[in-house]
Parts: sequence; C-alpha cells; structure tokens
Amino acid sequence: MTEPLLRVRGLKIGATVYPPGEKPRDIEIVHGVDFDLERGKVLGLIGESGAGKSTIGLATMAYGRGGVRITGGEVWVSGRDILKSTLRDVRRLRGGEVTYVSQSAAASFNPAKPIMEQVTEAAISQGKFTRREAEKRAIGLFRKLGLPDPDTIGRRYPHQVSGGQLQRCMTALALCPEPDLVVFDEPTTALDVTTQIDVLAAIKEAIRDTGVAALYITHDLAVVAQVSDEIMVLKMGNMVEYGPTDQIINAPREDYTRALVSVRQIEHPEKAPAGAPVLSCENITARYRGTKFDVLKDVSVQLYPGQTLAVVGESGSGKSTLARVITGLLPPSGGRIVFDGCELTPDLASRPRNDLRELQMIYQMADVAMNPRQTVGTIIGRPLEFYFGLKGDEKKRRIAELLDEIEMGKGFIDRYPAELSGGQKQRVCIARALAAKPKLIICDEVTSALDPLVADGILKLLLNLQKIEDVAYLFITHDLATVRAIADSIAVMYQGRVVRYGTKTEVLSPPFDDYTDLLLSSVPEMKLGWLENVLATRKMESAGN
Amino acid sequence: MHPILKLVSQRVALGLLLLVSSSAMIFGLTEALPGDAAQAVLGQSATPEALENLRREMGLDRPALVRYVEWLGGIVQGDLGTSITNRLDIATSISSRLSNTLFLAFWAAVVSVPLAILLGLLAVRYQNRWPDKAISGVTLATISIPEFLIGYVLVYFIAVQMGWFSPLALINDTMSLGEKLHSIALPVAVLTMVVLAHMMRMTRAAILNVMQSAYIETAELKGLSSFDVIRKHAFPNAIAPIVTVVMLNLAYLVVGVVVVEVVFVYPGMGQFLVDAVVKRDVPVVLACGVIFAAIYISLNLVADIVSILANPRLRHPK
Amino acid sequence: MFRYMPVSAMIGLTVTGLYFLAAIFAPLIAPYGMAQVVGDVWEPSSSEHLLGTDNIGRDLLTRMIYGGRTTIFIATMATILSFVTGSVLGFLAAVLGGWADQVLSRMVDLLMAIPSLILALVVLAVLPVTVTTLIVVMGLLDATRVFRLARAVAVDINVMDYVEAAKLRGEGRGWIIFREILPNALSPLVAELGLRFIFMVLFISTLSFLGLGVQPPLADWGGIVKENKDGIIYGIGAALYPAIAIATLAISVNLVADWILNRTTSLKGGRG
Repeated sequence: MTEPLLRVRGLKIGATVYPPGEKPRDIEIVHGVDFDLERGKVLGLIGESGAGKSTIGLATMAYGRGGVRITGGEVWVSGRDILKSTLRDVRRLRGGEVTYVSQSAAASFNPAKPIMEQVTEAAISQGKFTRREAEKRAIGLFRKLGLPDPDTIGRRYPHQVSGGQLQRCMTALALCPEPDLVVFDEPTTALDVTTQIDVLAAIKEAIRDTGVAALYITHDLAVVAQVSDEIMVLKMGNMVEYGPTDQIINAPREDYTRALVSVRQIEHPEKAPAGAPVLSCENITARYRGTKFDVLKDVSVQLYPGQTLAVVGESGSGKSTLARVITGLLPPSGGRIVFDGCELTPDLASRPRNDLRELQMIYQMADVAMNPRQTVGTIIGRPLEFYFGLKGDEKKRRIAELLDEIEMGKGFIDRYPAELSGGQKQRVCIARALAAKPKLIICDEVTSALDPLVADGILKLLLNLQKIEDVAYLFITHDLATVRAIADSIAVMYQGRVVRYGTKTEVLSPPFDDYTDLLLSSVPEMKLGWLENVLATRKMESAGN
Repeated sequence: MHPILKLVSQRVALGLLLLVSSSAMIFGLTEALPGDAAQAVLGQSATPEALENLRREMGLDRPALVRYVEWLGGIVQGDLGTSITNRLDIATSISSRLSNTLFLAFWAAVVSVPLAILLGLLAVRYQNRWPDKAISGVTLATISIPEFLIGYVLVYFIAVQMGWFSPLALINDTMSLGEKLHSIALPVAVLTMVVLAHMMRMTRAAILNVMQSAYIETAELKGLSSFDVIRKHAFPNAIAPIVTVVMLNLAYLVVGVVVVEVVFVYPGMGQFLVDAVVKRDVPVVLACGVIFAAIYISLNLVADIVSILANPRLRHPK
Repeated sequence: MFRYMPVSAMIGLTVTGLYFLAAIFAPLIAPYGMAQVVGDVWEPSSSEHLLGTDNIGRDLLTRMIYGGRTTIFIATMATILSFVTGSVLGFLAAVLGGWADQVLSRMVDLLMAIPSLILALVVLAVLPVTVTTLIVVMGLLDATRVFRLARAVAVDINVMDYVEAAKLRGEGRGWIIFREILPNALSPLVAELGLRFIFMVLFISTLSFLGLGVQPPLADWGGIVKENKDGIIYGIGAALYPAIAIATLAISVNLVADWILNRTTSLKGGRG
C-alpha cells in the first residue's frame, strides 16, 4: 500500500487568549484529530465557526495564525513529520509542496504588485521553474480557470479585477508551483452565488486536470459535497464523523451530521395572499444623494398581514436599499409606500410615533445592532418605555415574557451583549423588535452571519412568533434555501428591478426568466453530482442557442 | 487628466490656501486682541497723545485689512518689516538665524530619521519581547520629559562635569564645519532624543500595520524567508506610511528647535522669536510666526503628497 | 475594575495621586512661605532645607510644592477647558453633520495648520500674561486635537446599527447623544484625557521656562527651572529638581492612560 500523501495523527492546537481585564489564558482549540489524504484525492473539512477547520488546514503547513500554536501530534507530509522539521525545511515545503488559497483573495494579494509577479513568485523562489516557464504555466492556468484575457490579465493590479476573478487568480497562484497538496480555505464563501458556481467548477476542473490533492475547507455542506471524495465533520475542535462523501451525505451516522445535512428543510405551509396588504410599495424609484443612477427602479411589491415576503437578490440588487426606503432613511424620488391603508411620509423625521412603532427592523450583524453598554433588559425594555410608557414591575414582567418567547430565560436580563453567543444576540434583537408589537418586521439578512444550524434555530423561532403574534415579515436575503423554507411570496431583484414576483409556488416553478433561472440553478444542492448536472445543462443550453 | 495629477495639484492648491489663511490668522490674532503694538511699546502708563503719535508713526491708524495686504505683499517680495526694538530690517536679521536653525534641524533629522526607522524595525521584529518593551519604555519616558530637562541634564553631566562639549552652542560663520558640528553636538542630541521618541512609536505602528496585513501571511505561506517577506512585500507598502511619519515629525522638529535654542543659547530663529515675544516686538513675531508656519505647512504638504503618490489604486486606476 | 491592574498602572496611579494631594494641601505641608527668603543663594541640601535653596535664597522644597500646585492647577483647568470645548463641538459636528460640520472642521484645520507653540507665542506677544490668559490660550488651542478625536469617535459610532435602530424608533437627538453615543465614546476619550493633561503640564512648563508663562513671584515648575538654570554651568543642580518632578508626573499619568487604553480596546462589544 502506498504511503498516503498527508497523514495527521493526534493533532492538538492551542492558543493564548487575552480576555479584557484578566490575565492571558492558554486554551486548546483542536483536541487531537486524525486523518489521511491520498495523492490526487480531495478531503472536505466541514464544520461551523469555532470548529477549527482553518486552523487544521494551516497546520498542514506547520503554520499558526496569530497566537495559535501546534501543541501536539504528528503531521506527515510525503513521509516526513513536518512538525519536527527545521524552519528551513518547512519553508521549502510551503509554497512548493503545499500551497494555500485563502478566503479573501482581495486581502491576500499585495496591492502594490501586479498579479503575474505574485502568482509566479512561489514557483520561482522555490526553484521549481524559471521565470519564463512559470509565467507560461500561469497563463495556462488563467485560461483553464476561465479568466478573461488570460494572456494579459497578469499585468493588472489586484484592485483592477473583480472579486471572483481575484479568487481564481489565487487558485492559479496555488497551482503554479505544481504542489502536491492545496489547502482551499473557504474559497467561495465571500462570493455571490452566481459567481460561486463558476469558481467552484473552475476549481474542481483544475484539481482534476493537475491531479493535485486538496483539503477543501467550508461550512457549506452542499458545496463540499460537489468537490470532495471524503468528508470530515468537525465540531469545537473534535472530529464528529469521517467518511466517504456518499456516506456522509446520504447516510449520516451522527446526529450532528444529520442536522447539517438536513439544514433548511423546515416545513412551512404556504399561505395565500388574503385581505388588504399591510404594506404596499408602489413604483418606488430611489437613488442615493450625489449619485447619478437609480438604485431602485419602479419597484412594486405587496405584503399581506401575518405572512412573509422574501426579497431575494445578490449584492447590488437593491434589496437592502428597499428596506432603507421603507423605513424612511432614504426618501424615494418616485412612487409611494402605503402602510396599513395610509400612505407613509417618505421621510423618517416626519412620521408619527405610532407608524414608527408598527414598522420594526432586525439587522444582519447583531453585534453592532445592540449598544454594547446596555444590558439585555435595557435593550428590550426601551421600546416598552418609549412606545407604551411601561415602567417598574410591569415593564419587568413584560421583559420576562418576551425573553420566554425568544426561548431565553429571565437570567439574561442583566447580561451584556458581549456575553452572548451569535444566536442569542440575534434573539435579543428579535425580542426588541417584538416588544413594540409591530405589524411588520423587516428582517435584513438576519441569518446570513450565523452558522447554518444556529440560523435554522432563528428561522424556526421567527416562524413560530409569526403564528403567535400575527406579524408580517419582509425577509431580505441572498440565500435561496432560506427563501424556500419560510417564504409565502417572493420577489426576485436584479440591478434595482423586480424581475419576478408572486407566490412562492409561482416564482419557483418554470418557466423562468433568464436571471431567476441563473439564480436558482446556481444554488448548491446537497446532492452528489449536482455541479456536473448544472454545468452540463448550461453547456447544452448555450450549444442549443 | 490622470487622477493622481489632479489630486496632487488639488493638495498643493490647498496648501497654498492654508498658508495664506494662516498668515491672515496670525496677523488677525495680533490685531483682534486687546492691546496693540504701541501700547506694548509704551507700557500701561502712556499718555493718550503719546499713544496716538506712536500709532500714526507706526502706521497703526490705517484699517487692518490694508495693513495686512501690505504686510503680505511685502513678505512675498522678501521684505519682512522692521523690528520695533532695534529698528533693524527683519529680513537681514533673520536670514543668518534661519540658516542656523535649519542647520541644526538638518543634522538632527539626519541622525534621528534612520535611527527611528531602525528602532521601529527592531521593535516589530522582536514584538512584545524584551527589546520591544525596552524601547517602548525608554520612548515613553522620553516623551514625558520636557525638552529643557533633557537639555540641562546633558549640559550638567556631559558639558559641566565631563567637559566634553560646551554648554553653550555658539556658532558663527568663521567656524569650520567640524567646529560647528562639535558646537551643536549637544543640541542635536537633545533634539534627536525628543523627536526620536515620537517618530519611533509611529514608525513601529506603521510597520506593524503593514506586517499584520493578510498579504504578508500569503508571502510567508509561499515559504519566503523572513528577509524576503520584508524586502519584497512589507517594504514597498511601508514606504508611504513611514515617509508620512517622518515628514510629520520633521514638522514637529521645527517646534522643538525653539526650546533647544533657548537652552543652549544658540543664535537661531527660535531664540529670536522668544526674545521678540518677551519684548513684544510684534513685527518680528509676525515674521517668525509666518516662516515657522510656512515650513510646518510645507512639510505636512509633502507628507500628504507622498501618501497620494504611493497609493497603488491611484497610480494604476481601473 | 481593579481585578487585574498591571504593576505599572498601580505605580502611576499612586504617584499621580501623591502629586495631586501635595498640590491641594500645599500650604499645610510646605515648610516655609512661598516667597520667603530663608538662607544663602544656592545652598546645598541640608536638614533645614531638604532640597537646598534657590537663586535668591528661598527654600527650594517650598518653591517646588507651591510650584507643583500652580502647574497642576493650570494644567488641570486647561485640560478641562480643552476637553469640554473639544468634545462638545466634536460631537455636535458629528451628529449635526452638513454645514455645521464643515465650518467647524475647516476652522480646526486652520488652527492646526500651525504648531501650537508658535501660535501660543504669537498670542502671548500681545496679551497680558496672567494665569487666566494662559489657561484660556492653552485650553482653546488644545481643544482642536480633542475636537478631531471626539468627532472621529462620534462619527464611528453614529454609523453603527444600534444608533440607526434608535433613530428608527423615533428617539430624539438628546437620547441618541447621551444614551447611545456618549457611553461608548467615553473610553477612548478618557484615555485621551490623560494624554492631554500631560501635554498641558509640559506646555505650561515650557512656556514658563521661556519666560512667557507664569510670572514671578508666583512659582511653577517651569519657572523654577528658568530661575535656577544659570546655576547649571557652575555645577549646581537646583534646576534639575523641578524638571524631574515634571517628568515623573508625566510618566505616571502616561502609565495610567496606557492602562485605560488597553482596557478599553476590547471592552464590552469591542468598542475602542
């Protein structure tokens, strides 16, 4: 039996943390992990934040970011334990045998140097190729990865190309020195879903053509199922399950894995529009002051009481701007907003307090949506004081009720936001919105910054609360899986316009317009071979045209 | 037009505007405040007639705006006015003093700038270990100490007790370069210590900022040696912030010179200005003030322009 | 709050406290009168005169204690003036935005285009030099730096979602400034307070040293250095004492300010 390319045994990784106002502490982040990787195979490392996947990926290069140190175990690369090698040997390994593709290519490229120089740097300095050869290899990789103008793109500077292109350049950088192993650290997480599928396909093809082995790190199980041969599920620095992709996806053994596989499969009976709409946007056009183009163009949507309207789009579609217009932060240049039968004044300052009360908003980043110096009790209590004049015991009682509704106990009243987990923070923001007894809550990407399982919890909570309080949601998101789970009606936005609008069933059934088609087909599904299917379908469609 | 050219010319224009406004402000301050030059010269017990006469003689009875424009016009042509106390032409009195001050500042800069960069690099290389902490400790102490203390400590120990240098830094044109340097050794040492402390903290912060960027990690993961990482990736991006820091501190040097000149009785512009203020010789104060302001503004201008020029997004627009 | 105070901060706090106490209780602890001539010129230190005498024969220790009182008093008042003016205007500029912000910022830019020492010298050439004048001039000149910091901090906080959430609720300006922005702006500002105080101590000492600050017979540390500086050439170190006092006070306050700054950069919520 041939020696596996990468053999990890009992890997332990620790870090020093500096909690404010206390002495620095040493903690363990990874508690002894084992895995093998054969040449030419792809292993997916999947887990939520804090699982240690990036840390393990970097450990295969004997590297620890920040205050992170490898504290135990063995990492064998091509028969050598690199944890016991000298710094010089490790430096020869990095960039030569093992290379790295980071999550944010934009930050990882030196802004002061042209792309070609950086892509070929490792190949040349490790002595694997001459400059001429390395550049030829680079151009070949650019072409293979589907970059425009592969012969000349190397002359550009990082800020002159787009995010998706830069991520591909980074992949070229990693493949140029002909490494044995490439560590892909969340390479498509920061990209739009329609860009993601292209980059994903390019990476998969490049891996197959070059025969390189890869560690693919991500939190998205659907994505990793497309590229890897085996998957290792991690949680809080421990291995939960480890096996072939087929088994993990179709027959998961552990509960945690099962939960990850069935994410976003929430049951929600669709409600048909009934009665008068609680919110009606009619022909909204808007632009930001000082700019010359409209961010929203003639947008018209309706939201019915107790229902959820999902507004879907990628970055630049205008969905968040729509929220700003509805709340009055950005007065529209055309059209009107009718809330509960009355027209809303376009400007926030001129709206009566009751209108403000009935329209609440929850933000994407719960960390900055709450004043760090106010306790949970103050945060939830303020709307009670402000809108209803509640004080003293009565207020305390209502706060306790709300905390119950968001499934957190009375004990949280005196805690500060920094002491809460991501999910708990978002729940407090939900309670704050509910305290005002609104008719409509705008949810602006409220689950996008959360881990998939935590996000599921929040979505379930929101649906529950909708039933109890009969509140309507305007749910803004870019994630179609979420939309499928909770929407009653959907509006698809693209470049400031609504390109498709109707009930969930209507919008998600063919025939589609071009953009919705592109969008829907780009969302990775938890099925093996999905990627190949989509690419084949697209090739057929463009061949047929 | 290339965006860089536009930005740079905008910045230069702004600098000129600032210069003129500052001169107006300085002039205005001496006008708007109670008590004028005539009062200052004759003192509190002057009779109203004496004041009136002196005012007419000094031309103070004309409107302020007229006098300002006249004064500004004079400066542009090289006429800085006449001193009240000794009736001498200010421009001639200042020129030798200005060159003395610039001489002192120049040598202080020559010593302190490379030292600051070197110490900044050391502090980053051994970050949070003892060299870094030692350097931080010493700079903290130096920043907290007034310049005159440093000056007198050096004078006390080195000049008086050990007699290596003279406690007074007197220079004149008859001295050779070597003699001049020997004479200003102590003042340069004081200035260096003061400016070094400020500059070193800022170079350390600037270099640290660059070293903590993601692209430095990428370079390390390519297996480059520490030296190459710094040379090829950190250095090109650190030049601009370091130059900015140096320029800002040179501007600070301009101010530190004043105290040092008084401590060492050095015949420069700082000493000249302080004497004029004590004697309430307003024209001299105005002239010195404007010159100091001009130097300060120019150095800040150069710092800004270097920042603009070093930005790769501006050099290579999309 | 005092769970983990590094040794340096504790030393800093103690020394600063001692100086302030000495300043407040000066008449009670000084051995002689402030302007009282008690001996020969520049006597060396003895049991009667712990630090010796100064250039006219006054007890140096007494002069130092009274000098500390003057220096600390002026520095404190000037810091308070600079801080209140700078913060209030800075917050207003950030919250009001638009025209008010532009005007205030341009004025501050202009004032900061010239080194404070030079401006101070220019102004002192035409104003009578009294303690009040000094406090006002120093305070207003330094307010520019505080303005920039306060404005930057307020602008940073103003764009946070929780401030927007408050605006969407319909909260008035008062609530937003005092309950949302201010509590979060306090930490970086308080750390800056210490640094401004140090700057004031150094500034007033420098001005007095140049002869443009506190006028005799009133004593302050910078002035004492000036009075005794001629002795240095003869090997008399009388001028060094007040200079060392200035330095130790400044270093101590620096240590405390550093500690506060380190604490606040990762304080509740990461505001800093």
